[in-house]
Amino acid sequence: MAAQRYRSLTAVKPSLNAGAETRAQIRWNVHADRHYSCMRSATPIDAFTLRRRPPQEKLFDIGFRQLTLVLAASVGIVLLAIFLTVFSGAREAMATFGLKFLTTSAWDPVNEQYGALIAIYGTLVTAILSLLIAVPIGLGTAIFITEDLIPSRLRGLIGLLVELLAAIPSVVLGLWAIFVMEPAIRPFLSLLHTTLGWTPFFSTAPQGPGTAPAILILVVMVLPIITAISRDALNQVPIELRQGAYGVGTTRWGAIFNVILPAAVSSIMGGVMLSLGRAMGETMAVTMIIGNSLNFSVSLLAPGNTIASMLANQFGEADGIQVSALMYAAVVLMILTFVVNVLAQWIVRRLSLRY
Amino acid sequence: MSVSTPPTTSHFTERLTLHYDPGLKRNRFNQVANAIAAFFAALAVVPLFLVLIYVLIQGGQLLSLRLLTELPPAPGLEGGGIGNAILGTIVVTLIASLIAIPVGVGGGVYLSEYAQDGWFSKFVRFGNDVLAGVPSIICGVFIYSLIVTTRLFFDQSFSAMAGGIALSVLMLPTVIKTTYEGLLLVPQEMRMGAYGVGASRFVTITQITLPAAFTPIATGVVLGIARAAGETAPLIFTALFSPFWPEGLFNPIATMSVLIFNFAIMPYEAQNELAWAASFVLVIMILGANLLARWISSATRA
Repeated sequence: MAAQRYRSLTAVKPSLNAGAETRAQIRWNVHADRHYSCMRSATPIDAFTLRRRPPQEKLFDIGFRQLTLVLAASVGIVLLAIFLTVFSGAREAMATFGLKFLTTSAWDPVNEQYGALIAIYGTLVTAILSLLIAVPIGLGTAIFITEDLIPSRLRGLIGLLVELLAAIPSVVLGLWAIFVMEPAIRPFLSLLHTTLGWTPFFSTAPQGPGTAPAILILVVMVLPIITAISRDALNQVPIELRQGAYGVGTTRWGAIFNVILPAAVSSIMGGVMLSLGRAMGETMAVTMIIGNSLNFSVSLLAPGNTIASMLANQFGEADGIQVSALMYAAVVLMILTFVVNVLAQWIVRRLSLRY
Repeated sequence: MSVSTPPTTSHFTERLTLHYDPGLKRNRFNQVANAIAAFFAALAVVPLFLVLIYVLIQGGQLLSLRLLTELPPAPGLEGGGIGNAILGTIVVTLIASLIAIPVGVGGGVYLSEYAQDGWFSKFVRFGNDVLAGVPSIICGVFIYSLIVTTRLFFDQSFSAMAGGIALSVLMLPTVIKTTYEGLLLVPQEMRMGAYGVGASRFVTITQITLPAAFTPIATGVVLGIARAAGETAPLIFTALFSPFWPEGLFNPIATMSVLIFNFAIMPYEAQNELAWAASFVLVIMILGANLLARWISSATRA
């Protein structure tokens, strides 16, 4: 019995004397820990460590376990509470407007007519267009700082700077966008209007806040996320793949495009989806620069609106069914980000190459 | 299997093909791609410098003792400071940390030390990722409906407490995740040793495992606090704003982030300047916290 117990303890991890020097080894050990966590935890060790203890110590130990269980469960409780609160707040508007809410663009507190089309359209357009700009730049940066083009200290510095960019609060970026970025880029936007004004997307003259500056500030905000995740993904590609590619005679970019990027594509795609969710939910910087228009316009140079900025602007002063309509919009935003986030996790899990 | 005849080139040209030839199409492509990657990297760094330069110049020149200790002026008036907002940011962030750190560390401990690989731990980890992806404004809406409109605390609607709770919801996933991942890095041998000398589960975790994982947990917690301090969206309609000094935890409170938002869109020069000044203080605090986190993780790794 005792021998069996001893074996079950030492068998918890096979590599008891494994010196985990290298990063890869550490990662493997993490993996092994995860793998063996079912053996490590709960009953066998509890029975071992708790036998022949005074009852109050036993009680204390089990109580601590139950406490951490409750604390872990709090994540689920909070999440559930968020969903329930927002759904129950939106019920009235859901009953009144139904699915028409998603396809009409009226936002009329006087006549109590609400439709969130402008905000939904704005949310999707700003998020997707900002990613279209940010993904190539972020991926390019990630490649630049994972290749050995420049000294590694310089690469680390660029990585640090990009990560610090992520730390700047969005409200500060919004302030900067209002007073510095928007006046600075207005000549370019005017140029876009005069040269491409015949397309509906640039059909209005830029006049301060608008969708285009909002997209640019979103680029600044999601760029660090994409860069950081892509860098980690590229760093995790086994060195053997690169050596193999160079061994058969390819060039640096041949290896990047044909071997390294395909090997890392699942994590990168996951990161892109995560930043899409972040871009859709981003509030402050967008609110401050998008103009919060209640009129629909296809033009990117005209003021627009997003669900998040609509919530930030109106929620404090709304009453009656407007609150419910805003909650309905919040539900839409929550579902959008939820789907995108779950998709991100699914992509990372299912599409990862086995090499 | 066919035997190919050796190419009829001279020894000299054969050697030449092994040399790097910049004129080759693939090498030209490489040069172009390198340049593009370098350009993108420069492009990614530029916004940080531009934002920092403007915040440091516009905000730094206003920095004075008066700025840090006085109340903001009434609209249209000059002068004043952001003392109440600095204090408010500290108070609200402190409330959030006091809630999120114990709950998050406890949850992380459960996931890493106790949980079997069953549906519950999978659900909590999945829920944690989902919660991390919930837009911050939704947290504000949630706390607004849960606490502000129901007047949960002493019949007060907007309060510092509500703001702190909203921020704690935002911090929670970060703390859980970093605790969980930090604890996974603790070698199994340390737990075994503790059990071997007769420690109970509780003693092992509090005396051995958690201290061993202090560095990654502290790093993650500092980063989480820094992020929470800069958040605005959950505070706009929970903590609201107040032009006065904080009047306890159950009254509206001014925070720097909401001050920036409110004052940036005001048409008064003095208010805009205060917004820049608050940005300066906030950015310095947050970048300082980030560098601190980096220092923690590098100082103890060596």
